[in-house]
Amino acid sequence: MAKRTPIDAGLFAGSLDVPRLRGSRCRSCGETTFPAQKGCPACTAQGCEEVALGTRGLLWTWTIQHFPPPHPYAGDADNFEPFPVGYVELPDGLRVEARLLGCDAASLEIGMEMELVLEPFARDEDGHEVVTFAFQPVSS
Amino acid sequence: MKISILGTGLQPFGRHDGVTPIEMGVVAAHAALDDAGLGWNDIQLAFAGSLEVLQPDTMIQHMGLTGIPFTTLYNGCATGGNLLLSAANAITAGAGDIAIAVGMDKHPRGAFSVGDTLESIGLGQWYGETGLALNPQYFAMKTKRYMHDYGISETCLDLTAVKAFENGSRTDHAWRRKAIPQDEIARSAMVCDPLRKFHFCSPSEGAAAVVLCRSDVARRYATRPVELRADVFRTRRYGSFETLSPSMPVKSAPSPSVQASRAAFEMAGIGPDEIQVAQVQDTEVGHEIMHLAECGFCKDGEQEGLIRDGETKIDGRIPVNTDGGLLANGEPIGASGLRQVHEVRRQLLGRGGRNQVPGNPRTGLTHVYGFPGVSCVTVLSV
Repeated sequence: MAKRTPIDAGLFAGSLDVPRLRGSRCRSCGETTFPAQKGCPACTAQGCEEVALGTRGLLWTWTIQHFPPPHPYAGDADNFEPFPVGYVELPDGLRVEARLLGCDAASLEIGMEMELVLEPFARDEDGHEVVTFAFQPVSS
Repeated sequence: MKISILGTGLQPFGRHDGVTPIEMGVVAAHAALDDAGLGWNDIQLAFAGSLEVLQPDTMIQHMGLTGIPFTTLYNGCATGGNLLLSAANAITAGAGDIAIAVGMDKHPRGAFSVGDTLESIGLGQWYGETGLALNPQYFAMKTKRYMHDYGISETCLDLTAVKAFENGSRTDHAWRRKAIPQDEIARSAMVCDPLRKFHFCSPSEGAAAVVLCRSDVARRYATRPVELRADVFRTRRYGSFETLSPSMPVKSAPSPSVQASRAAFEMAGIGPDEIQVAQVQDTEVGHEIMHLAECGFCKDGEQEGLIRDGETKIDGRIPVNTDGGLLANGEPIGASGLRQVHEVRRQLLGRGGRNQVPGNPRTGLTHVYGFPGVSCVTVLSV
């Protein structure tokens, strides 16, 4: 398999072979945040611990991005195709914003079950595939 | 201490090729001073704000080098509201009796870019590189969820835009002065579902200024000073859904707009039912609709009937964005909140012209909201 480079290594917990998002959980109040950060936005405590977030959740809201995003978009703006974006509510008590795959305006529904996947997104200067995280509908 | 507004002025919003934002700020400042019947020599404190201008206080070179303290600040789309608040607070603290707040901006065409590096707004570069750092996505997604939860229709979105451009067509200084038929709005290009081209405002250019003073000296300068009954700034609490958020908690909290408007009503000692004209942040129609409830003018979901019945029009129960709002004026970020104050004051003084709210309104509200979850609300009265 060609070498895959994450768009930001800090977004992922562990190996990309079993992708998990890397969040942080407050040792004091238990609230979870993504991406991981040290300070807790809920209770002001410092020193959150890193956690691997759940990989399945329910679509909370969505839209379709119909125009090429401005700088610093790294996707192919010249051959732009509209793409869906949404927030997926995970069991960890948070909703994560992500690009969505395998769905469109006709099939997207608030409340549908989604799962985490990697999306080949661009190629870096060495020709390696750059991947980001995305969610796609759980196949029934 | 009570604060009064003596004068307001605009460099009307729109496109002004070849004019710098600082030149526009100077135009607005002189318009506000003329309106107040004062000169720059009378100003003891100044505050200016802008996204595109690093130091808007450099306008002082063109106003006159009088040695006054001139502070700059920037709080995203809430900049204008916070300029007025900071000027009022400085007067209350005893730093001077008469102040001016000036907002100015000149944005490139198209959606706002988040800049070269997202580090400057506290986010990872990946967020922009993957095409997620876009305000319109947030506006669309908050609107989509709200429509789902409270039964707001696409027709309600379209009617809100119809009203905005209708009001713009009646406002001589508005940028978009052409009414747009409902079916043209409903058929316009999709930008971010469910929001279409004519549902959005555009970044624009312009400036706005407000001259204010201690109320106990206001009568020396104005026959009908407008009182700043309340001016409140709030940032988001944990749990509110804000623009440019890679994640949000399931636990929910009232938005900064809810917090700011509640505190403003408490400070003013009146309720939302006593407001007779309002300007609310309408970056797009979804947020005008949601802000109606967040500012207390109706319950969640009631907007469907309220807007269908025309109650937010100029002759309705709660006229909203009487000058066409951001949709008809665009958004020069630094100036936008002060444009709202200019418009409410026009209405309270009966100077609204073709867009005058009938019945001699005596109380009004302004509301701005923006990244990273900030809101300013003012209550004004005569």
